[in-house]
Amino acid sequence: MDVELLIGIFPQVLLDGIILGFMYALIALGYTMVYGVLEFINFAHSEIFIVGAFVGVEVMLGLKSVGLLEGLPWPVVLILVLLAGMAGSGLLAVAVERVAYRPLRNAPRLIPLISAIGISFFLQDMIRLFESLWRNAFNLVYPTLDVLNLRFELTETMDVSVKSLVVIVGALLMLWALHLIVNRTKVGTAIRAVAEDQAAASLMGIDVNRIISLTFLIGGAMGGAAGVLFGVQYGLINPYSGFIPGLKAFTAAVLGGIGNIPGAMVGGLVLGLLEAFAASYLSLLTGGAFGAEYKDILAFSLLILILIFRPKGLLGEVVRERA
Amino acid sequence: MIQVPLSVGVVAVSALAVAMFPRSVLVFLLFQGSLLFVYRARIPERLRWSLLAAALLVLMPVIGYFNSYYLEVATQVGIFVALALGLNIVVGLAGLLDLGYVAFFAVGAYSWAIFGSPHANIILRGGFPLAGWWFYVFLLVGLAVAATTGILLGLPVLRLHGDYLAIVTLGFGEVIRVLANNLDKPINFTNGPKGITPISRPPTPFGLPYGEYFYFLALLIVVAVVIVNRRLEDSHIGRAWEAIREDEVAARAMGVPLVRMKLMAFACGASFAGVMGVLFSAKQVFINPESFTFLESIGVLAMVILGGMGSIPGAVVGATVVTVLNLQVLKGFSLWLNELKNAGVTVLGYSLADLPTQFEPAKYERMVFGVILVLMMIFRPQGIFPARRRQRELGG
Amino acid sequence: MIHHRVRLVLALLAVLAVALAPASELQAQAGKGTIKIATQSPLSGGQAALGEGIKLGAQLAIERMKGTLEKQGFKVDFVPFDDQAKPDVGVANSKNIIADKDILAIIGHLNSGVAIPSSEVYKEVSLVMISPANTNPVVTDRGYPNVNRVCGRDDIQGVVGSEFAHATMKAKSVYIIHDKTPYGQGVAEFFKADAEKKGLKVLGFEGTEEKSNFDPIITPMKAKNPDVIYFGGIYDQGAPFFKQAREKGVKGKFLGPDGMDSSDLTKIAGKAVVGMHYTSAAGPASALPKAKAFSEEFKKKFGKNPEPYAAEAYDAATIAIKAIEAAAKGGKVPSREDVATAVRKAKLPNGITGDIEFDAKGDRKKALYFVLQVANEDPGKWGDNKIVKQLTIAAPAAAKK
Repeated sequence: MDVELLIGIFPQVLLDGIILGFMYALIALGYTMVYGVLEFINFAHSEIFIVGAFVGVEVMLGLKSVGLLEGLPWPVVLILVLLAGMAGSGLLAVAVERVAYRPLRNAPRLIPLISAIGISFFLQDMIRLFESLWRNAFNLVYPTLDVLNLRFELTETMDVSVKSLVVIVGALLMLWALHLIVNRTKVGTAIRAVAEDQAAASLMGIDVNRIISLTFLIGGAMGGAAGVLFGVQYGLINPYSGFIPGLKAFTAAVLGGIGNIPGAMVGGLVLGLLEAFAASYLSLLTGGAFGAEYKDILAFSLLILILIFRPKGLLGEVVRERA
Repeated sequence: MIQVPLSVGVVAVSALAVAMFPRSVLVFLLFQGSLLFVYRARIPERLRWSLLAAALLVLMPVIGYFNSYYLEVATQVGIFVALALGLNIVVGLAGLLDLGYVAFFAVGAYSWAIFGSPHANIILRGGFPLAGWWFYVFLLVGLAVAATTGILLGLPVLRLHGDYLAIVTLGFGEVIRVLANNLDKPINFTNGPKGITPISRPPTPFGLPYGEYFYFLALLIVVAVVIVNRRLEDSHIGRAWEAIREDEVAARAMGVPLVRMKLMAFACGASFAGVMGVLFSAKQVFINPESFTFLESIGVLAMVILGGMGSIPGAVVGATVVTVLNLQVLKGFSLWLNELKNAGVTVLGYSLADLPTQFEPAKYERMVFGVILVLMMIFRPQGIFPARRRQRELGG
Repeated sequence: MIHHRVRLVLALLAVLAVALAPASELQAQAGKGTIKIATQSPLSGGQAALGEGIKLGAQLAIERMKGTLEKQGFKVDFVPFDDQAKPDVGVANSKNIIADKDILAIIGHLNSGVAIPSSEVYKEVSLVMISPANTNPVVTDRGYPNVNRVCGRDDIQGVVGSEFAHATMKAKSVYIIHDKTPYGQGVAEFFKADAEKKGLKVLGFEGTEEKSNFDPIITPMKAKNPDVIYFGGIYDQGAPFFKQAREKGVKGKFLGPDGMDSSDLTKIAGKAVVGMHYTSAAGPASALPKAKAFSEEFKKKFGKNPEPYAAEAYDAATIAIKAIEAAAKGGKVPSREDVATAVRKAKLPNGITGDIEFDAKGDRKKALYFVLQVANEDPGKWGDNKIVKQLTIAAPAAAKK
């Protein structure tokens, strides 16, 4: 075993893991937001997230076709695209809630889950139908902004690209914004009140339906932003590419303690680091007997271990559990 | 009492119609519907059961003799009914949300696939595949292995509830699939993504063709599973499960042994899937990990909830509806549209033959399935046949 | 209540009346009968792009070639099936297909995992299956008389790749990544075995189902600095991998199998893949007029470039039609056995993927492989890719194992 190699790649793997972790955390925020209020797994969030990526790529391609992609300064482009993705996903999430979840508010808790799965199937093929009509394409590619691809050499064996930094900064900003909204604003108080007790909140004069719509809007917008950053970071999206990251992010949310916003961040980071280290080191350490493909097994084994000792996730839940 | 001649008539007419129009999917659907009608009709119990038995034991194989596709649909319905009934114990009765149920199906399937094919020669030296009659032994082995796996899964997750349990079971299902996909090295247990083939089939009694044979076997297992389910439901075990589902703390206070009962639920649910897995691998002759994805688990869960959680007829009907919808109705519908297209039918002066390929109906079957799921949940959230207890709850 | 039930039954009977007249029986049976050719491939889900490519390739061939049969008075129909890349759905479809007596040939599948159990069903009625994409050796090694394939075998293509890496690229060390599918892993394993035999140093052999984030795989690979990086898999995974690898500063040369043969490779990875090599049975439009005509016609009809295996599907459907023509000499709709025999005997000189002729197992008698080089980062110029080398390898005579 080449010890020098093992140590040599360590900083880079650490960085890879952190970037991946922030990516998961970004997607996980949407799950956690909705769960915190309704205690319901919004299974369609992975599609809401990928719709954001599609809106983003359409806006970027639109800008490109009128020559503005190069014309505008890149932060402006990025912010425009992010806002468009957030708006698209946020509105979609509100619509989905109105159509498929609100009629089921009082049904047993698994019923909306199945409805969400139905929506997820529907949205995947809707995106596909739309893109095949509009562009006659299945895979869509994010146009590259040269600035984003620049890399900084931190050390000899470690470098980081601008787009990865954008992911990290974006995730931290969103976490901070979400924290402010939930804890410092009147709307946030209302959201927390609804999460605590819908009936009591309604007696206090809070329009519960409006607050739940708002929750979906915020959660969806977070998903949309995550989608755009996902597209910028990895470049390639297709109508089905939201599914796996969605599943991972959901795992991250549970790992950190679902319904808990800092928990989503912690869970995302733990999962990202674990995956990065497993995928990079397993094959080196076992001489090729076990390889990168075991990363999911390690991730889920760790999840089980953590949940055995901390059954409510790393940071615990903020809301009580429904019996 | 008009329903007595009506029931007999519906079954007879629909069976006759299937005989006359063997290719029409709608007619076969009518036949399936007639069984449901008989099940629900107010007729003497003895007549009901003899009609159902006649339809399933005689008419169905005869139909299948002329069109093996219908027999295949019926066999897959049988497989998924058993899976749904197994998951129904875990989710519906004991209230433990399991998102990785297909793992047990995989464990059963691989247990026969490995030893019923030459593949085992790689692991152990010589003597494989086992002779066909071992298949019957392996039905029990698959059951035992799956039940053990169920307990192994159950042990670490005893303290978890709700969505934490859901995510761990989801992870467990993925772990089993990833293992199946990767255990071709260092020791080749599963042959990885390339799968295992050829898997032996048992010798059939009376020279029955394999189509009919697997149909009858699936039917037999389903009947056994239904009986076991019924007995469990009404036993103290079933009541303990329901107590756990309704309120765990109260159940423990009443002296329900939580650990044992939860493990029992996992083991029972898993064992049905294990048996069907063995049958599935023999029927398919080839298996690889692609059959055991997360989406399959979700599909079985949808069957249970669509039918009505915790209800045996619900699970049966839910599994039937979903399977028939996916394999038959949606396929039939897109084939029909394709035929219209090929025949150059015009709608409002627009020839369907000019339809761009983006609208190929075969591409959107899953989208329609998604819409149906949502509509079903909105308009009948309690499921098609809700459990009696739940009906009372909703009624009161 | 009773009335309600009666009404229900009446409604059911009304439905029955409609059902009695499916579309095919409505239309007058034109001429001497109907001949149908079906495809089975995933048309929904994550692999739909490739599956649809197979469907469109076959559809194009049937529309172009059906003239002769139609002149003889047959009606030729095309029936696409969606197998959802799931074995159980594929098997159910197959039963449905064999129940339709008009279907005389199957073009499919994409996944070997679906093709193997489904072909067991076709075999029951001797329905011929011509596969455009199932490269798993098992598919034909079972020796079924009705199973043929136009595409190559993993055990040939992997060897072609390693031969090229060794002899032409002069590589000393390789790093192999695959996608954990039967196809990708299969071809990667044969590449590895042959590379080791030739004395190349295999620095790593990794499988991954990951589709977006390849960082953790690239980092150790970069540290080991291989001469050649081989990706066994499809372009939708290979392209992002190559792109990210170049971005992270990996220096080695890229090599891949025919799953890379799509203009989307350059659309996704851009200049990162310019100059990379891939092996394929289908020649480039730049050198072969036939391939050029195909890709232009495909583009004209469907508005996009053909996916990998679309050309193979086109050839497969062409052979099916030619074989049916040959078997229908008596002016009657031929039997399925006759079609299967005719396919085995069929010769298609100058198909898009070369001269096609099947051996006793249903493999190509001679598999012609091209090694191609990506010429331009513009996806519109995918056809400019040049042939760097040409290798003809006969199928392994006897099944290994």
